Amino acid sequence: MDRYQTLFARLDDSNEGAFVPFVMIGDPDLETSEAIIRRLIESGADALELGIPYSDPIADGPTIQAASIRALSNKVTPDACLQLLKRIRADYPDVPVGLLLYSNLVMVKGIDAFYVQAKDAGVDSILVADIPLREAKPFLSAATQTGINQILIAPPNATEEILAQIGEHSSGYTYLLGRAGVTGAETAADIPAADLIERLQQVQCAPPLLGFGISTPQQVKTAIEAGAAGAISGSATVNIIAANLDDKETMLKQLDEFVRAMKAATQKG
Amino acid sequence: MNQLDSKFGEFGGMYVPELLIPALDQLEKAFLDAKDDPEFNREFLALLKDYAGRPTAMTLTRNLVSNPLVKLYLKREDLLHGGAHKTNQVLGQALLTKRMGKTEVIAETGAGQHGTATALACALLGLKARIYMGAKDVERQAPNVFRMRLMGAEVIPVNSGSGTLKDAVNEALRDWSANYDTAHYLLGTAAGPHPFPTIVREYHRMIGEETRAQIMEKEGRLPDAVVACVGGGSNAIGMFADFIDEPSVRLVGVEPAGKGLHTAEHGAAICTGTKGILHGAYSFIMQDKDGQIEESYSVSAGLDYPAVGPQHAYLADTGRAEYVAVTDEEALNAFQLMARKEGIIPALESSHALAHALNMADEAEEETIIVVNLSGRGDKDLDHVIKILKEGHNG
Repeated sequence: MDRYQTLFARLDDSNEGAFVPFVMIGDPDLETSEAIIRRLIESGADALELGIPYSDPIADGPTIQAASIRALSNKVTPDACLQLLKRIRADYPDVPVGLLLYSNLVMVKGIDAFYVQAKDAGVDSILVADIPLREAKPFLSAATQTGINQILIAPPNATEEILAQIGEHSSGYTYLLGRAGVTGAETAADIPAADLIERLQQVQCAPPLLGFGISTPQQVKTAIEAGAAGAISGSATVNIIAANLDDKETMLKQLDEFVRAMKAATQKG
Repeated sequence: MNQLDSKFGEFGGMYVPELLIPALDQLEKAFLDAKDDPEFNREFLALLKDYAGRPTAMTLTRNLVSNPLVKLYLKREDLLHGGAHKTNQVLGQALLTKRMGKTEVIAETGAGQHGTATALACALLGLKARIYMGAKDVERQAPNVFRMRLMGAEVIPVNSGSGTLKDAVNEALRDWSANYDTAHYLLGTAAGPHPFPTIVREYHRMIGEETRAQIMEKEGRLPDAVVACVGGGSNAIGMFADFIDEPSVRLVGVEPAGKGLHTAEHGAAICTGTKGILHGAYSFIMQDKDGQIEESYSVSAGLDYPAVGPQHAYLADTGRAEYVAVTDEEALNAFQLMARKEGIIPALESSHALAHALNMADEAEEETIIVVNLSGRGDKDLDHVIKILKEGHNG
């Protein structure tokens, strides 16, 4: 069993859903970012979804764009991000770690080479925001060869054809989009997405985690009640970092409180 | 799956979030249906003729070329309504918007030329336009911003990223991800994800078709070379399309070398670029060793883009077309020379093509016919050029 399978089995046994925070690696700088990621795990995050900063993030709203810009202005490189993950993996051998990034960061190194490097850093899954199923073949093949889970996105407008392909190729988890648009806490997710979740279960996809527009414990609770295996919260998490750039202690304390509150909402009935 | 091939060799493709795939498929289908619909074609042709002013003239230069072996013709897209070739494909895509039952149009613009063309087409056809423009460009291009607003478009300044054209494209794509049900993204060049490069080429291909007919009438033979400037590459692909299968015709694309290819300040994605993905297509792009997109630069805002349309990447890679680069200074010289010798003020974009064509003319050792695509007129550039000439960077 890989780390995601182990996690979902454990959560099933204890009748919980998963809470997965997202942050940008290197936001606002590598040192603070490492402290943030460690704190998220210590506070009870079930898994992590982590971004690599990119200059042109077309699927992201203003909050996560700003996180990228902070990291890039501190000269954070993809190599430095993966080295940071190696240190995290050494201390936390069990927590599933997913990468969320854009295709050009992968292409520039060569798809296979990038996946090998990610595997070596202890990465469990990769989601490439601008790779739709139609362009996914070489990515899926690199994922299979290295034993990384390629995360596929199920959008609210998914056709039967897309759902069938997700059923065939998904592993790790399925990223269920709570709504159209880009990332951001400004527009709330459209929950329950019960209908889409049911269609996904019919094609036997990997467990769906609901993301995009998730910022409150109530939304986490509702997502899990609708059948999601858990929820991902990015912009709300990053907002806490952005609001406390001058005060690291308060930042970490607020992140801790946020993760605990969101995690508490994953307990079923 | 796609009905048309989404790639040109290894270039092109649909590197966008899954969410946008249905909207791109819908667009491809509408484009293909419209192609075979006589009613659509009648309306498009009528707009091109009676509203935009096609066919545009072809002018033999009288004084510009001193080599007696060379005839240099200008394809006069500067005479088209709106002042540049851009009106062609904007009318086509605006008609597609209506055909898809959409009522809103999203567009990006750099200096405001594509934005202006979009605004005029939307005013004419009763569509609601919102146009993303880098905040810096909004300030620098006040007359074009006024022009767009005068025709009823909403102009939205983009502050994210570097606040330039590539960030305006990013923002337009983000808007489209949330609003594809009601809005069409009217992309302004032959770049971006499939089917945009194909649609934009097909809706500009009359440039080359008219050129062929006009040169056959005047000279009784095909030209030896057609020359066009390349930013994203829409006017160039419109000129090239009808000549790709004519091996005797050289296809020459001219990129902006800015302050020189040896500096960081240029926009020559093909001449210096490496392969990668930007705005949904695999092509030549300007990037650093980590894959972060670099800022481009050119004196001409319309060429200031750190990537190039994927079909140009393919034509370059296969050797069918040749791509060269021309500096700001050479383009400014050609701009002034054309005004003085021919009484035509060309756009700074087109001045790049002209500058290289003049070099070709000087070097010709046998009878040569060259056609330059004069893609736009230079009125929009006057303020900018006045400033540069006053500062004495040039002459």
